Formats: sequence, C-alpha cells, structure tokens
Amino acid sequence: MTDVNQLLADVDHRHLDALEEEAIFILREVAASFERPGLLFSSGKDSCVVLHLAEKAFKMKNAEGKLEGKLPFPLVHVDTGHNFPEVIEFRERRVKEIGERLIVAHMEDSIKRGTVRLAHPLESRNGHQTVTLLEAIEDNRFDCLIGGARRDEEKARAKERIFSHRDSFGQWQPKEQRPELWNLFNTRIKPGEHFRAFPISNWTELDVWLYIARENIPLPNIYFKHPRQVMRRKGLLVPLTDVTPALEGETIETVDVRFRTVGDMTCTCPVESDAANPADIVAETLHVTVSERGATRMDDRTSEASMERRKKEGYF
Amino acid sequence: MTTVTHNEAREELAHKALRFLTAGSVDDGKSTLIGRLLFDSRAILADQLDALEKRAAGAPIDLSLLTDGLEAEREQGITIDVAYRYFATKTRKFIIADAPGHEQYTRNMVTAAAGSDAAVVLVDITKIDWKASPVPLLAQTRRHSLLAHLLRVPNIVFAINKLDAIEQDTETAFNNVKASLEAFAAQAGIDSKGVIPVSALRGDNVTTPSANWPWYKGPTLLQVLEELPPSDERHDGALLHPVQYVTRDSVGEGEASASGTGHQYRAFWGRIAHGAVKAGDEVQMFPSGQTAIVAEVRHSALVVDSCEAGQSAGIVLDRQVDVSRGDWIHTPGSIKPTDSFTATLAWLDTEPAVVGRKYWVRHGNRWVQARITSIDNRLDIHTLEDRDAGELAVNEIGRVQIQTQQPLPVEPYLDNRVGGALIVVDPTTNRTSGALLVKAA
Repeated sequence: MTDVNQLLADVDHRHLDALEEEAIFILREVAASFERPGLLFSSGKDSCVVLHLAEKAFKMKNAEGKLEGKLPFPLVHVDTGHNFPEVIEFRERRVKEIGERLIVAHMEDSIKRGTVRLAHPLESRNGHQTVTLLEAIEDNRFDCLIGGARRDEEKARAKERIFSHRDSFGQWQPKEQRPELWNLFNTRIKPGEHFRAFPISNWTELDVWLYIARENIPLPNIYFKHPRQVMRRKGLLVPLTDVTPALEGETIETVDVRFRTVGDMTCTCPVESDAANPADIVAETLHVTVSERGATRMDDRTSEASMERRKKEGYF
Repeated sequence: MTTVTHNEAREELAHKALRFLTAGSVDDGKSTLIGRLLFDSRAILADQLDALEKRAAGAPIDLSLLTDGLEAEREQGITIDVAYRYFATKTRKFIIADAPGHEQYTRNMVTAAAGSDAAVVLVDITKIDWKASPVPLLAQTRRHSLLAHLLRVPNIVFAINKLDAIEQDTETAFNNVKASLEAFAAQAGIDSKGVIPVSALRGDNVTTPSANWPWYKGPTLLQVLEELPPSDERHDGALLHPVQYVTRDSVGEGEASASGTGHQYRAFWGRIAHGAVKAGDEVQMFPSGQTAIVAEVRHSALVVDSCEAGQSAGIVLDRQVDVSRGDWIHTPGSIKPTDSFTATLAWLDTEPAVVGRKYWVRHGNRWVQARITSIDNRLDIHTLEDRDAGELAVNEIGRVQIQTQQPLPVEPYLDNRVGGALIVVDPTTNRTSGALLVKAA
C-alpha cells in the first residue's frame, strides 16, 4: 500500500489550496445569490469532495476538531433505483453523521407518474435521470443546484461555465452562454429559470484524489479494491448485478476491482485494480492511460455528442 | 494547518497554475496548437486518441477535435465557445482557455481573457503578405492582442503559426512578421514576452525545438509559458474586503471566544481584494462609515492569525455594525467612493449600448443601477486611433462615462482588478452585455 503521509509530503499543496479557495468562494456565492439552492449529492467522489468543501465554507471547527453549524442548503439525490447498495448505505450513514437534510428524488415516482417510460425493464436509467431531476427542481422550486462536474471529464463539460444558466425547460444553451468575467458572476434569473453551479470545474481527476487523500474525505468502499463478479464485455468489466445479468455465452469471473466513478448500476463499470486507499489511487491515476469515462461508462460511448445532447435536455 | 502566516500564504499564491488563453483569427490553428500541447505533454488518454483515430479513418489525426467539443463546432469546424483544458509538465500546471476566433464570439474571448495570466496570440502566416513592408497584420490579431492587453492579461506571447507552409525564406518571413508585431506591440503599449515560430500541425517549437528551422535559437512556446509568473494579488497597502456572504454563529455564543460578548456575532466572508487583515486591526465599513476592531479572522472553518489578498477571509468584529453582502470592509479612510467615473467598455451584446438607459452593474458583490452618460470614443482596431462614437455595437470597445445610482469604491483597473472591474447586465434580458474597466474616478 502506498503511504499516504509520504505521498502528501511530496505534493505541491499550493495548487490544491488555490483550488479549494476558488471552490469555497463559489459555494458562498451560491448561498448568497440564490433563495433556494440545493447540493446534488450522489455519494460519488466528486460530490463527496463538494460536500466537504461546503462544510469548510459554512461550518467552524470546534476545539475537539468537530465541524459545527449547518449548511445553508439541503442535499439532493436523484435516485434511479439502480444504485449500488454500498452507495445508498454510505449516503444514509454520511447524511446522518453530518446532520444535514437530504431530499431524494426517486425515478420510480417518475415511472409511476408516466413521465419516465422505459423501453424495456433493464434499460439504462442514466439518461432518464434528467426527467426526475427537473421534476425535483420544480417540486422544490430550486433556483440553483450545485454539482460536482469537472471540465476535464468530457468535451461538452469543458465548455460549460462555472455558473451555468438553464432556461425554464432546464436546458443548457451552449451558444447562448453568458460571458463569465473575473469573479463577477451574473446570477440574475427570471421566474422558472435556474442555475447549475460547479465549484470544482477546474479540478482534474488527480486533483480530486490528492484532495481526498489530504483531507481524509470518506467515500463509499466500492471506490477501493474489492473482489467482484464481472463479465468482460467490449473492453469493459461489466459487474454482475440483478439489472446487468450475464449474456449468453459470457463467463463470470471474480476480479479485484475498484470503481473510478459511481453512477447508475446499468451503465457503470469498475476497473481492475489493487488500489486500497486514496494514495494508491493517486499512484495509479498518474499512470492511467484511459480517461475516467472511457474506462467506466457504457452509455457515453454511443455517440461523441451524447453528453452534450443530454445536457441540452437538462442533464447536469 | 491551524494558522496561515503571511509568508506561507504569499508563497502559496505564487505557485498557482498558470492560466492562459489562446487567441487569434479563425483557422489560425488555435485548437490544433492546444491539441499539440496536450498531445506532446501526454495529457491525452488512449480512448480519446482512439476516438480521433476512428474519425480520421486512416488519415493523420486532427488534433483540433480534442477541444472542439460541441456538435455545432464539429459541424462548422470552428470554435464557438471557450473550452478549458488542463495539463502539467514537471515544473508547472496549466489551465488553458481555448477561446474562439470568430468576431461574432468575441464575448467568449473576453470571458477567457478576464481570468488569464497570459495570452498566446496566434498569427497565421499563410493569411498575411509577409513580403510587404511593413507586413500588414490581420484585424483579429490586433483586436485580440488589444483585448487581452485592455483586460490586463499581464503576459502576451505571439506565436507565428503555419510557417511549415512556406517552402523558402522561412527566416525572412518570420523576421518580417516579427518586426511588424513588435512595432504594433510597442505602439499599443503591449509588453511582448516573445515571438516564436511554430508549426502546431508538425509540432515545431511547441514543446520541442524545431529541427526544420535551425536559424531559430530562441525558446519553445512551452519553455516561455513555464517561466511566466501567474498574476499576483497585492498583499501590501490598505485592506479592501468585499463582503460576499454573512454567517451568523449558531453555536459558541457566550463561550470563550474573542467576540462572545453576549450578542450573537457575525462573520463577514469575502475574497480580499488587496491588503491583509489580522485581529486587532481597526476597520471601517462602506457605505455605513462605522468603524470597529477586528476580533477574529477565519479561513476555511478555522480561526487564523491573518488573511491576505486572494484569500477568502471571515472577519468577525468586536461590535454590532451595519454590514451586509455588497458592502466593503476597509482600512479607515482608504477609499474614495464616487458615483461617476471614466471607464473602458467592451460591449458584448448584440443590442448596442444605449446612452441614458438604465443597466444593472455589478461591482464587487454589489449590484447597482447605472447609466452610460456618454460614449466619448470608439477604438479603431485597424489604426488604434480613437474615433468619435455615438454608440457602441457588439464587439466594440470605447471610452465611456458612467454614472451609478449609489457611490462605489471604484479604483483604476490598472491598480486592482477587483476594485476596477464591473459587468454590465441588460435589465430586460439579463444578458451580460458589457465589461467595464475603470480608468479614473
């Protein structure tokens, strides 16, 4: 196992400090500019980092080293109903630990309402999240949702502003983005419109892991090495679950894996890995040859513009 | 880390990633240059390369596709909006803002410039008559250099691209264009940090020295970038602290705390524009004019000794004063609020700027109404001369007089980006219509 302390001694912390400073500024800007913000919390590593930054922005450490105070917004999770059980367990535990309010928007409710219609029962639910998310925004009258998206993830994300305006249909209009000048964010909206705010826009996957290691941020255990039953399919390791069964002729193997991203079970794949702690993952990330999404997502591969199209429909 | 000393903090800020933008006209090869920088510094991963190879179908891969991330961009083969890219070398981290060259998207170029420490202005040698004397530069080269300069991007580097397309006399071609660029820079007051001959397509002088042009003895583009300093905040002088957000402590009241004097106390958070703050300092509030003593300074969930420019500080005062978001905390007597000032206005909206109309402007964390009382002139980007102007249309830059509904503690932009920058917002559409840079109060 890589020694965390040794790793952190070698890291240039000034870069992480500058990223933290910027993220905290953005989080306070959301709290100050909007009446009903929310923080999207999927329990994925990026949203765990944003949650940690929010605690640093709005709470104070007491003599025992415990953070005191409340966040000025609730956490929001769009639950597709196809989450890894370890992730939901983590979500419940973490929310309880920090004593914050969690709003869960269930895709099952959208399916019952008929606003989401699945083509077949095992269809990937990832794309349908948009409907449930937009319904949650309307129901809770959110005017800004904070997300953990990073510009290094994907080409369409690289184009998005830190404060991203969404029209009354929740849509992103890439050609109509507001210029973003200095730190003078234009957050003015009309009724029905809202914003998405991305405090860690400028972080890379490596920055995120270094920061997790430095700040000792809790994560769901599936981010670290564990044995899992998988099938090898089109260069990906497809996890064996109720919603992703083995296809005819496929062999089920048990492999030591970890997840690089955590999303809907129907479209998220782990990678083979021996990394048991954040420092191991930093060491692995330094030598990685495949991007985060390329290694782990079944659905982003369908078209070069799939993320952009989903975002135009209101995906976060 | 429980306390942050001035020296540590200063060092911290000196080692931020270098943020730079690439500017230049359409098809000058900006996206290819960025693709080249990412490719040569191995910031491209196998699956991303795979996708490019598939698209190329056997032909050499098109590096520009690494950054043109929108469907419309790929359809039209141009860059529409700013894309941000990340790469690192052994000595430096970089954030690139890939800005579009099309005149109709100048607003996005301005967006990229406002946050950048450096600009790489690309000059496409195949589009200019390099045999003429002097060599005439393209309007977009001038416009982008001037915009970057006006927005006080501190370092401007010129890269003369596509020199590989010239078969003979590459050295003469380079020297002629270089002379023209240097004359233009001198005339405009731009402190050029270098003129470099490159081929983004082939990789000459981008990250490795060119074997094709042995006459060039200077540094590669990457070497120049590695040595540029990121813009530094001013830690000296008077404190200027824009109040961004106010928290009220829900715990600790009446406990052993500097300000636990029986009333519920508040922390005023904001990113310090210049100067520093520590407990015991006397400060004044704008606009109330009240004074108080700093009881406690906070930073990222901790009580610290002090905070300085660039850091988000939480200031707790020793008494109840009237302060809210948009106000400023400053060294007593250090600011000169005014409700009218002269500014450079970069107009970004398709609706022209209207003299006398009420707009929203944002200065620091305060929104106030303002009107343009006159447009004194408009900059002719071809001649760099001031022209009389009744209005400013999209992508034009001029000198204007501004009147605000309340006095603001504005400072010349040249002295301080925070005190000297404002955005103009159309009250009907909410569009960000202009960028104001204060010349003089």
